[in-house]
Amino acid sequence: MPRDVRLLTEPIEPAAEQFAFAMAHPAAGGIASFLGQVRCDEGVEALELRHYGPLTLPGMEALADQALERWDLDGLLVIHRSGRMFPGDAIVLVAAAARHRRDAFAAAEFVMDHLKSESWFWKRELAEGGWRWIEPRRQDFDDIARWN
Amino acid sequence: MSARLVFLGRLEDVAGTSQLDVAVGPLQRVLATLDPNLAVALLEDRVRVALNGALLSERGGIVLEDGDELAFLPPVSGG
Repeated sequence: MPRDVRLLTEPIEPAAEQFAFAMAHPAAGGIASFLGQVRCDEGVEALELRHYGPLTLPGMEALADQALERWDLDGLLVIHRSGRMFPGDAIVLVAAAARHRRDAFAAAEFVMDHLKSESWFWKRELAEGGWRWIEPRRQDFDDIARWN
Repeated sequence: MSARLVFLGRLEDVAGTSQLDVAVGPLQRVLATLDPNLAVALLEDRVRVALNGALLSERGGIVLEDGDELAFLPPVSGG
């Protein structure tokens, strides 16, 4: 299956997912992948991602379709967590399999930039005993602008 | 007959709940029945709305009907 897009409320198992993806695309010349984890920031005890069922997964699927249309890919894997996580936990895993490496690198980066700035997730962190909502970052909008 | 409002992100904190069942009717009339702080937060320009899972380009003229779900979506904070 060329497109595997999932929204998980249980932990992502990156090694198992990457292995399975590589096995599913033995003919690809290369696979580029990105694994995002909860950063170990001083004082941050936990991170919580919230999503909105009717929009979040459909938006991820539409994003994957855009990448498949734009680059010549054998397969694309997009897995995103929702729910409560702790430093070191996997938040997102993106992998692109392609005949040539540039398509794989570009597609994976395109998907990541769009997930970071446009996908329907709201994030809050627990620090010093209180939850605080995270506002959008300017950098994320700059990152996405270069794909236009 | 009721409709449901859904509050995402920090709007949940403002509302004190993630969803609220309200009477059907024009959205303006529904908002007028809410806590003024919440109504102001919901009306902010950067807050988008989705009716039954479909994003609306503008919110003028929304009339809630029985079973409708209207979600208020503040700017996303990234995955």
